[in-house]
Amino acid sequence: MKRLAKWRLISIFAILSLILSGCGEPFLSTLRPAGEVADIQYDLMKLSTLIMVGVIVVVMVIFFIVLIKFRRKDEKIPKQVEGSHKLEIIWTVIPILLLLLLAVPTVSATFKLADVKEMDKKDSDALVINVRSNLYWWEFEYPGQGIVTGQDLVVPTDEKVYFNLISSDVKHSFWVPAIGGKLDTNTENVNKFWLEFDSAKAKEAGDLFYGKCAELCGPSHALMDFKVKTMSRDDFDSWVADMKDVEEPKVAETESAQRGQEIFNKSCIGCHAVTPANATPPEARRAPNLTNFGERSRIAGVLDHSEEDLKKWLKDPEKYKPGNLMTGSYSLTDEQINDVAEYLMGLKVQE
Amino acid sequence: MSTYAQKKGFGATIWDYLTTVDHKKIAILYLIAGGFFFVVGGLEAVFIRIQLAVPNNDFVSAGLFNEIITMHGTTMIFLAAMPLVFAFMNAVMPLQIGARDVAFPFVNALGFWLFFFGGVFLNLSWFFDGAPDAGWTSYASLAMASKGHGVDFYVLGLQISGIGTLIGGINFLVTIINMRAPGMTYMRMPLFTWSTFVTSALILFAFPPLTVGLVLMMFDRMFGSNFFVTTMGGNTVIWEHLFWIFGHPEVYILVLPAFGIFSEIFAMFSRKRLFGYSSMVFATVLIGFLGFMVWAHHMFTTGLGPVANAIFAVATMAIGVPTGIKIFNWLLTMWGGSVKFTTPMLYALAFIPSFIAGGVTGVMLASAAADYQYHDTYFVVAHFHYVIVGGVVFAILAGTHLYWPKMFGTMLNDTLGKITFWLFFIGFHMTFFIQHFLGLWGMPRRVFTYLPGQGFETSNLISSLGAVFMSLAVLVLLYNVIMTSVKNVRVGNDPWGDGRTLEWALPSPPPFYNFKQLPLVRGLDAYWLEKMEGKKGMTPAEPLGDIHMPNSSFLPFVIAFGLFVAAFGALFNMDDKAWSVPVLIIGLLITFGAMFLRSVKDDHGFHIHKEDLMEDDNDKGAKA
Repeated sequence: MKRLAKWRLISIFAILSLILSGCGEPFLSTLRPAGEVADIQYDLMKLSTLIMVGVIVVVMVIFFIVLIKFRRKDEKIPKQVEGSHKLEIIWTVIPILLLLLLAVPTVSATFKLADVKEMDKKDSDALVINVRSNLYWWEFEYPGQGIVTGQDLVVPTDEKVYFNLISSDVKHSFWVPAIGGKLDTNTENVNKFWLEFDSAKAKEAGDLFYGKCAELCGPSHALMDFKVKTMSRDDFDSWVADMKDVEEPKVAETESAQRGQEIFNKSCIGCHAVTPANATPPEARRAPNLTNFGERSRIAGVLDHSEEDLKKWLKDPEKYKPGNLMTGSYSLTDEQINDVAEYLMGLKVQE
Repeated sequence: MSTYAQKKGFGATIWDYLTTVDHKKIAILYLIAGGFFFVVGGLEAVFIRIQLAVPNNDFVSAGLFNEIITMHGTTMIFLAAMPLVFAFMNAVMPLQIGARDVAFPFVNALGFWLFFFGGVFLNLSWFFDGAPDAGWTSYASLAMASKGHGVDFYVLGLQISGIGTLIGGINFLVTIINMRAPGMTYMRMPLFTWSTFVTSALILFAFPPLTVGLVLMMFDRMFGSNFFVTTMGGNTVIWEHLFWIFGHPEVYILVLPAFGIFSEIFAMFSRKRLFGYSSMVFATVLIGFLGFMVWAHHMFTTGLGPVANAIFAVATMAIGVPTGIKIFNWLLTMWGGSVKFTTPMLYALAFIPSFIAGGVTGVMLASAAADYQYHDTYFVVAHFHYVIVGGVVFAILAGTHLYWPKMFGTMLNDTLGKITFWLFFIGFHMTFFIQHFLGLWGMPRRVFTYLPGQGFETSNLISSLGAVFMSLAVLVLLYNVIMTSVKNVRVGNDPWGDGRTLEWALPSPPPFYNFKQLPLVRGLDAYWLEKMEGKKGMTPAEPLGDIHMPNSSFLPFVIAFGLFVAAFGALFNMDDKAWSVPVLIIGLLITFGAMFLRSVKDDHGFHIHKEDLMEDDNDKGAKA
């Protein structure tokens, strides 16, 4: 028995140290909230955990008393008790009160998080972003600014940003854990919500948050990541201005990149746009907009942003994102891939 | 009577089980088939944990992983947990109410064979270009986009086995309403019978929405309709509603019988009547009722709007109240009792903290605004495994040890049982506790891999190691079953010594007619009452007389087999295979032919004569 108790103690300590070892990564964890929405949700988590730990403690105290005190010691038949109205009323009423304690803030938070009235106002200067999910990539359109980008969501900090969410193919779910809970991108209707990005917390996270697809959508569901770049409102405005400056596809500088651009214009431009003002209707945009590809943080959402990785990706996209729709839609030699890679890495809008 | 007691050859035994309409033998069939699928689903779980043990693993490919998770969920819910629960309902419920069989023995057999062939059909998908890969929820947009025949196997397989479950549920309802022994009023029924009753009612109302959903999807995939095709005005959110209107009660269909089994165990091994019996019954009914009011909490992030989310959040929290009542009643049943730590009791005791953990995370998930963070993450995976493994699987394992003597007439080894328990208990918490945190740290569920550098590595490895313990536990249990069957030490009526309900008043296993004379029930825990008055058995409520029994029949097997054949025809019709339509027609002809035969051929059953019953008594007397 003693041995067992020791073993139990060790395992409890092991679990505790695990818990204390971290609340996860600042760019990813819901336990490191970095915005108003995540804060509200984190508060609800703490409140519900607190109440529930209270319940667990009460149950476990009774449980262990029973285990210790009422072991079978002899063959006596215990008294057959029918029940107790007093006790039964107590353990009906107290849980109801506890649940009310949780229900009130839950309801109020639910309404608060769904408040998107600002989006319908005519003269609102709130930032609205249209998110469109596609089989394993994300498109972000800024309708007020007239620009489209993909994979890297760029947002200003310390203000409410409003989102319209929809999907092009199957259902996905838009989630930036450290910033706030998810909302599905349905195939038939637009879902709306808002998020807010806290500048101080964003700095801790390196101004780059991880975003995820949270709804099973096919083989590469696990790899349907995106990133969120946060910046001050001023920086954001200048980013928008830089993006808008690209009215014509930028001409490549080096010789090899120019060859790459030619190949790109033949093989790739049917799906990938390189100007931010995309006139194609949203449903018909078949691949991520690459206007600022050279400034993105990842390739295809999962590979490091390097020319080497880009070449690997272009050579065999199926290997890195099974089931993606780019595989087999072009055929390029290794040399052509080198040129295209150089061209793409040079697609930058900011100095 | 001697003819029935003769040792039979292997072939004869097989034929006996293929044609049986005896609830006790059907229970054994459910146990074997459910146990088999439990092992299959368990292997799939092991593959999942191997794949996720380290980041960027390539043990299985992304597409195959999705097939494995889909089949793991579907198999465990529909083909393992449900039939295993049905096994105990069949084995025990008729005995507990003092009946000689269920109301419709033929339908009972049909229900089993439909489930069985549906399950086999679904699993055959592995051998025909791929298993379903749209998750066990099979959300419509993904299911419609899924290539190959996987989803078609899902739709048809579940449809067939769903019919089996539905008629099984109806059968139990009729049995409990009509076939209780004299004196067995509703408020004297053991809690396991009560939970069977409420569960059957849930099946009656929950399976039709699933059937509707599956039919719509079947038409979309096989016959070109557009219920879920958005571009043609269809709507995929409707699938989510239909699925969860079924899916949430399904959780209670599984867990209420678990509550029932534990209620029996707590009372037995504390030697005390269940504390607050009436409130336990009330709580069971209330949980069943509320179970239908909360389905949209699975859809908080679908975008139903704050009004719907708020209402369903509060309704979901409300379920916590009757569940809490049950927990406290169980604790108070033990309080002041004489608690004996048998293997079933260990599971029952472990169930309390484990299920509480699953319950409180359930309340946390009910908080809609916070659920936006938990939804579709490993937090949810941890939550429902705590509920389903910590509740249902613990109950199934407990029930296996508890009712093994009643079903097979011999006791599973208690020491091996305890080893199984500790391995399973440790493995279970090791696997799933850490997953709460993985979810909170930002790991979505149903991912075939994860990239390094996100803080998921250590915890996933721990989780995978836990699965090793659980696998070992199952191996020890299988060894125990084999050893016990080989040794075959026969036991008496009440091998645990603490039996309270009617089934323990009967021999183990009971004779095929169960009760020679229907017993007179004088209160809750009928057998216990008689024991306390120093009597050996139940007081009969009728004079010894002829007993009317149903004949065995091969038709249930044939009816189910016909649908199995027809399903292949329907499925391959999509590929324009020339043989598909004939196969479909032949299959349906087999089914409807067998049904026609059953309808026109009179089958009055047979009578066991009074003299044979008395002779049986004398046989036993002579042996003793």
